[in-house]
Amino acid sequence: MNSLIAQLINLFASVMLIVTFAMLSQRRILTLIHLFTLHGLAVVGATTVVAYITHQHHLYYSAGITLVLKVILIPVLLHKLIDRLNVRWDVETLINIPTLMLVGILLVVFAFNLALPIAELSTSVARSTLGIALACVLLSFMMMITRAKAVAQVIGFLAMENALFLAATSATSGMPMVVELGIALDVLVGILILGVFMFQIREQFDSLDIRHLENLKDD
Amino acid sequence: MSATGVISQLLAICIALLGAPLLMGWVNQWRAWLQNRSGPGLLQPYRALHKLLHKEAVVAHGASPLFLASPYVVFSCMALSCAIIPTLSTDLPLSPVADAIALVGLFAVARVFISLAALDIGTAFGSLGARREMLIGFLAEPALLMVLFTASLISQSTSLTSIVENLAHREFAIYPSLAFAGIAFTFVSFAENARVPVDNPATHLELTMIHEALILEYSGRHLALIEWAAAIKLFAYSCIGIALFFPWGIAEADAPLALLAALPIQAVKLALGGFLLALIETVSAKMRIFRVPEFLASAFLLAVIGMLVHFLLGA
Repeated sequence: MNSLIAQLINLFASVMLIVTFAMLSQRRILTLIHLFTLHGLAVVGATTVVAYITHQHHLYYSAGITLVLKVILIPVLLHKLIDRLNVRWDVETLINIPTLMLVGILLVVFAFNLALPIAELSTSVARSTLGIALACVLLSFMMMITRAKAVAQVIGFLAMENALFLAATSATSGMPMVVELGIALDVLVGILILGVFMFQIREQFDSLDIRHLENLKDD
Repeated sequence: MSATGVISQLLAICIALLGAPLLMGWVNQWRAWLQNRSGPGLLQPYRALHKLLHKEAVVAHGASPLFLASPYVVFSCMALSCAIIPTLSTDLPLSPVADAIALVGLFAVARVFISLAALDIGTAFGSLGARREMLIGFLAEPALLMVLFTASLISQSTSLTSIVENLAHREFAIYPSLAFAGIAFTFVSFAENARVPVDNPATHLELTMIHEALILEYSGRHLALIEWAAAIKLFAYSCIGIALFFPWGIAEADAPLALLAALPIQAVKLALGGFLLALIETVSAKMRIFRVPEFLASAFLLAVIGMLVHFLLGA
């Protein structure tokens, strides 16, 4: 029975990897936010299972914080943001998704290779998911690089934070509570500031395409 | 080779040949119901086959023997593939003949012949359909192979019957790699069977058809054989999916009673699968042909990730 529960961690981590790939290739902003919510739910699931197996109570708390913050609060904020920016039905033009996917496979291979020796050193019950978490970090990073619109980049940033959280849980059974609370607050404040930024960007350029920022002057 | 082996082998082929149009009719019936139409009835594919078999076969001028031979080649490829897929029982004397990789090869042979036959007549639609079919085929095949490799890695064998025996007999465990492979397999089966996100089986609109464009020049018994082969292909893909991802209930060697129980279990699984297929087809829109490479690249990616996850997690 216990081994089956331990396998649940792997399942949640795999769901996260699938969702990360889905986010990478998703054009619609609204669907992107739904996927991000699912991403957060997978992290909450994995953390709760680790907490149940290792009997570490602080992991329950961090799972709770993640649930409130990443699954409820931030998606609601994002929904409000895209409503006010009037980009709810925006479709981003993404070119060459097959190439993106192939680069994604390479990143996953790289991350899995990188994680194997690290996971050997760890004694945590979820150490094998470290590779998946690392792959999710890299994929979210790639999503931030390849996207032109600000909202999608912010979602990429948040997904990266989710993945880092999973990496910490899988490698060391979670960070100390103080650190976790600090990060949670940082992310929340970050999203608020980025929201303000987005309004500024749109005010200035009439668009959320951050490629406009590359020009120094509007000649 | 035991007597039960021969019986179960014959039963597997007969069920596939006779049951495939029924599955097709079931899917079409559900599609109609879900779209608020009354539907043609479950037995419509049989009636269509009966009608076509009694009609005269008209062949275009200048058709080569290849055009005439293709329906028979395609049909026998599909029938042979059904002989090695464990539908009801894993006790199949023919299964050592071809493993999972050869099965993909069989599907490829059928595809090449039908495309060549479509090019043979020299009509615009035929060559258009053939090109599209090859485009989809060359993208779907590696993904299908990767899915089968993932299952083979878990069960340490490429023979479909041993994969099923192995997967059905293990202590129940969660395999994330199989979850990836399952999603990839679903994508591939939609593409290979010309179902809605990739191709609409009911359309004759020039710009979108793929499968229909290929068989436009066929009539009479040739068309019947090809339509029947398409139904068998759908049946075969459903059975591969069941065998890889829900293998419980498939009978084993020397168990005639389990064989009896396997029939209703398989029927229920196929009915559920057919309903889900119709549901997905109803809720999704057909995508542009230029989006198909993306769709199949995602399938390939998921299958590869499934394999990598198997190496990482060992499950």
